[in-house]
Amino acid sequence: MRQGFAISIQADALRYTKQAQPVLQDLVMQLPAQQWTCLLGRSGCGKTSILRKLAGLLENAQWQGKIETDGQPLSGNIAYMAQQDLLLPWLSVLDNVCIAERLQGRSLTQDLRDKALLLLDKVGLKAHADNYPHTLSGGMRQRVALARTLLQERPIVLMDEPFSALDAVTRHKLQSLSFELLQGKTVLLVTHDPQEAVRLGHQIYVMEGSPANAHLLAGLASTPPRQLDEHSAALQNDILHRLGGEHV
Amino acid sequence: MSNWLRGATASLVILGLWQGAILIWSLPSFILPAPMAVFEVLISRWPMLWSHTWVTAQEVLIGLALGVSIGLYFALLMLLFRPVKQWLLPILIASQAIPVFAIAPILMLWLDYGIASKVAMAAIIIFFPVTTCCFDGLRSTPSGYLDLAQTLNANRWRTLWHIQLPAALPALGSGLRVAVVVAPIGAVVGEWVGSSAGLGYLMLQANARMRIDEMFAALFILSLFSVALYFSVDWLLKRSLPWHSQ
Repeated sequence: MRQGFAISIQADALRYTKQAQPVLQDLVMQLPAQQWTCLLGRSGCGKTSILRKLAGLLENAQWQGKIETDGQPLSGNIAYMAQQDLLLPWLSVLDNVCIAERLQGRSLTQDLRDKALLLLDKVGLKAHADNYPHTLSGGMRQRVALARTLLQERPIVLMDEPFSALDAVTRHKLQSLSFELLQGKTVLLVTHDPQEAVRLGHQIYVMEGSPANAHLLAGLASTPPRQLDEHSAALQNDILHRLGGEHV
Repeated sequence: MSNWLRGATASLVILGLWQGAILIWSLPSFILPAPMAVFEVLISRWPMLWSHTWVTAQEVLIGLALGVSIGLYFALLMLLFRPVKQWLLPILIASQAIPVFAIAPILMLWLDYGIASKVAMAAIIIFFPVTTCCFDGLRSTPSGYLDLAQTLNANRWRTLWHIQLPAALPALGSGLRVAVVVAPIGAVVGEWVGSSAGLGYLMLQANARMRIDEMFAALFILSLFSVALYFSVDWLLKRSLPWHSQ
């Protein structure tokens, strides 16, 4: 398995086309290798733009700054999990997991099918391999998306609120499963949920101000996944205060 | 109520109203023949009716295949080459402003009185709804799918083949549903302008000879054919696109 590598982001400014005021300014973030970094912020503060910039998906925006890695290119090394599961409804669950092969023009070998089935087994959906996505629940669909991400074996995983549309219990289970299966990857998780960030993040950045920049949250001594105890409640309060602080 | 039962009930009501109108207003058979008289024609002249139906059916089906192919081709052309869209779309819209009746004599002149001119009529009448529906479907691919393809380093053609085209199928299906209903209009208009066979031709001949029951029989077959074609395509689309009919 390819191990995740560290990424350093320095955004001097990010402006959307036809907007004079930058969305981000003087933002510095470090994504340590093989760790989960959570990024929180109010809607429209530019957190998804950072993720899209890393994924090479940022359009209609002017980015000034630099992204550095330890020598490895980002292109071809990134897997992307969005809020929607992005399962293709015309393909079976197994074919969805193996979609990268089709899109890269490679034939689907038996080895790869076996590997995909193994991953589906890990996410508890092997019995549904031949079903179509519309027959699955929201949580099951996100588990298929997770298996698809894992099969790509890419060292960097970018997650844009992938659990936000799920109910509390399903979200909790899927967070644990993702954390377990994405060991060894460098993960950037964009989320609105302070509890999710506290539970999963090795480090947490909170975006504040306008134009926004990112502040690293102090006090994360323990390693994730964290239990929801008094300390994590205090951290969540701190995050909520920072997120709402702009209007205090 | 099942679809079949609903269809049978509606048919019986229409037949009842039809027969009722004849009885109430004492309409002569050369104005409105009785349903039974039309049914008798359907039975007694079935071989002749079938030969004309077969001609029209061929015109409609070949026209459909041609029109859908052209529609799909234009939609892809406009998606892939932006300048083509800027030039082609106004021409396509202008082409729809010309009534098909006005084109029919020209097509007879160019393509003769055989099946080709009717196939062309059917194709011309349907390619526009197919083009617009398919183009709308192709350019409305959910952006998340395209993002996924991009992060997986898919090239333009593989993105088109594996994502954009399948994602456009429901929209293409909507175009196809419209196409199967209007294609017979194109074929029959073509037959009215100039032909020696087909249900449109038969209706004109029957009208000229005051065989109104025969005209109604041809009209009945034409309606039945269009309805059968629509429901067959609808059934096929629902089976092929199960995620869309959910």
